[in-house]
Amino acid sequence: MRLHEYQAKALFAARGIATPPGVVVTAVEEVASALAALATPQCVVKAQIHAGARGHAGGVRVVPSGEVAAHVKALLGTRLVTSQTGASGLPVDALLLEAPMTAAAELYLACVLDRRAGARVVLAGRQGGMGIEAGERPVSRVIDTLRGFSGYEGRDLARAIGLSGRAVAAFGDVVSALVALAVAHDALLVEINPLMLREDGTLVAGDGKIEIDDNALFRQPALEALRDPRQGDAKDEEARERGLQYISLDGDIGCLVNGAGLAMATMDLIAQAGGRPANFLDVGGGTTAQKVAEALRLLARDPRVKVVLVNIFGGIVRCDLIAEGLLLAASSLGRPLPIVVRLVGTREEEGRRALAEGGLLGDVTQDLEEAAQLAVRRAQAA
Amino acid sequence: MSVLIHKQTRVLCQGFTGKQGTFHCQQALEYGTDIVGGVTPGKGGTRHLERPVFDTVAEAVAAVRPDASVIYVPAPMAADAILEAAAAGIGLVVCITEGIPVADMLRVKALLPATTRLIGPNCPGIITSGECKIGIMPGAIHKPGIVGIVSRSGTLTYEAVAQTTAEGLGQTTCIGIGGDPVHGLGFIDCLELFEADAATQGILLVGEIGGTEEEEAADYIREHVRKPVVAYIAGMTAPPGRRMGHAGAVIAGALGTAQAKKSALREVGVTVVDSPARMGRALAGRLAR
Repeated sequence: MRLHEYQAKALFAARGIATPPGVVVTAVEEVASALAALATPQCVVKAQIHAGARGHAGGVRVVPSGEVAAHVKALLGTRLVTSQTGASGLPVDALLLEAPMTAAAELYLACVLDRRAGARVVLAGRQGGMGIEAGERPVSRVIDTLRGFSGYEGRDLARAIGLSGRAVAAFGDVVSALVALAVAHDALLVEINPLMLREDGTLVAGDGKIEIDDNALFRQPALEALRDPRQGDAKDEEARERGLQYISLDGDIGCLVNGAGLAMATMDLIAQAGGRPANFLDVGGGTTAQKVAEALRLLARDPRVKVVLVNIFGGIVRCDLIAEGLLLAASSLGRPLPIVVRLVGTREEEGRRALAEGGLLGDVTQDLEEAAQLAVRRAQAA
Repeated sequence: MSVLIHKQTRVLCQGFTGKQGTFHCQQALEYGTDIVGGVTPGKGGTRHLERPVFDTVAEAVAAVRPDASVIYVPAPMAADAILEAAAAGIGLVVCITEGIPVADMLRVKALLPATTRLIGPNCPGIITSGECKIGIMPGAIHKPGIVGIVSRSGTLTYEAVAQTTAEGLGQTTCIGIGGDPVHGLGFIDCLELFEADAATQGILLVGEIGGTEEEEAADYIREHVRKPVVAYIAGMTAPPGRRMGHAGAVIAGALGTAQAKKSALREVGVTVVDSPARMGRALAGRLAR
């Protein structure tokens, strides 16, 4: 689960990492009091969306305080498209207003999961800001999971990226706070980019990005409250609430599959057959007829979906239960929707017989590639 | 011959009396697995599926001497269950549980002794065809044979098994290493085991987007594997930055793409199939040469 910049900065501030003075507004009426609190002639207006590259897209702009209200009014309620959002962009429901700050240098700092090391790792870079991609590689330090992170390791990193004077201790403190935050909140990623180095050697977090481990949300109730469902695809959120693993894509063939690997493979097969998948959907290993029915209805509600490809390898999941779920939903989809079914594994014959007897309109095959080809042909004909 | 488990492997189940533990242990018993008992804290001294139940793994080890333990404990307690099995000296721990917090797995990784091998979590388990089934895979599709299978995905493993069975090749052992970013045995560990196993004549590797384990496996194959290897990598069409069901299946920047993995494997002589329907056929072809 991703957090907004303003939420990340609140967590930073709670651990003693300095952030620019700022106020979040969600309505244009809140701008006047926000500006009064900030008391700044110029104001940085930052759109709060779950994606980066906002600057180039007009999502981060410095404007004279007198023009802030008009700028906020123009942005709120729109969708911001950046190089990281996809064509439809993400909704701007909140804006962070900040006093501008000057920096002697923009550094990079992050604490991320290193899969290869099987540990968290701190990344520190001399060149932060928008230059991070092009600049020299950050210095990294693996955190010993059991020993934890000690203050001197942060100062070592400060020296390793060429800091001196007051900035050494200040940087060490920020690294320690960042690591402590990642550990305490089950974060897979905490990033400060840029970390602004001021003339006086102090450090201020110019931006903040945090991603929380979804599997750990059960023990992070305060963070669950920070979820912004509007930043995700509406169908993705609906599916999540129903316990389905669903990701919206941009094609017209709806996919209903058991298992994440097979779901990805099904998308690949559709593409190889010349079609485009509308989604990734894993109904899960221990699925029920009800869940399969929910999944089929979810796909049918998507107007882009011209055909549904059901691909099930029944292991623990019984094919007759899958058939029952499909039949449960098929009669009430509200529109004619061709369904291609590939049903193999445990009780496959019972499942196929149930489909035939239930009068499900569609093609049934046992062949994986043929199923994908049939779905593509149906979609093209629709 | 086979790797890691066989007919005589004595298996303990943690989370034995729960719904998952009960169902899958019944299936395993029907397959012929020697399940020697189970652990559920608070139910020690009772019996379940005609096997003894213990409060702790240490007590179970003292009483029934298991070689392996399978874990169906819910995610919040699963890491602790892995550590308990390791502390009791069990050499092979298979964790089926999905949804364990990454931080918990980092702790497991740091504490796991070299004497304990961990498979998973978030995996279907391990099976030696016709001998011993530890996990949730459907037993009926497996046939004793000559192919070793290692996979990050559950249902794709079943595809690979069904295809090698249909080709008449059969399997020695199939290992699902799991879909989590931090896990136990990896591709390289399994390749090493299959290369050393006399009964395994060919290897099927099923990978997916995310991480760099397939690339590292390719480096290992170049140096150490002489048996034919066929691979399939899922996720050619997966959009970058999105987690595709498995916690570990995410493309980060230029890292973890299916294309990079396929190229790395092809470069070292692995036959990489573009279609998941052709894994078995391709391996039959390689073995016929």
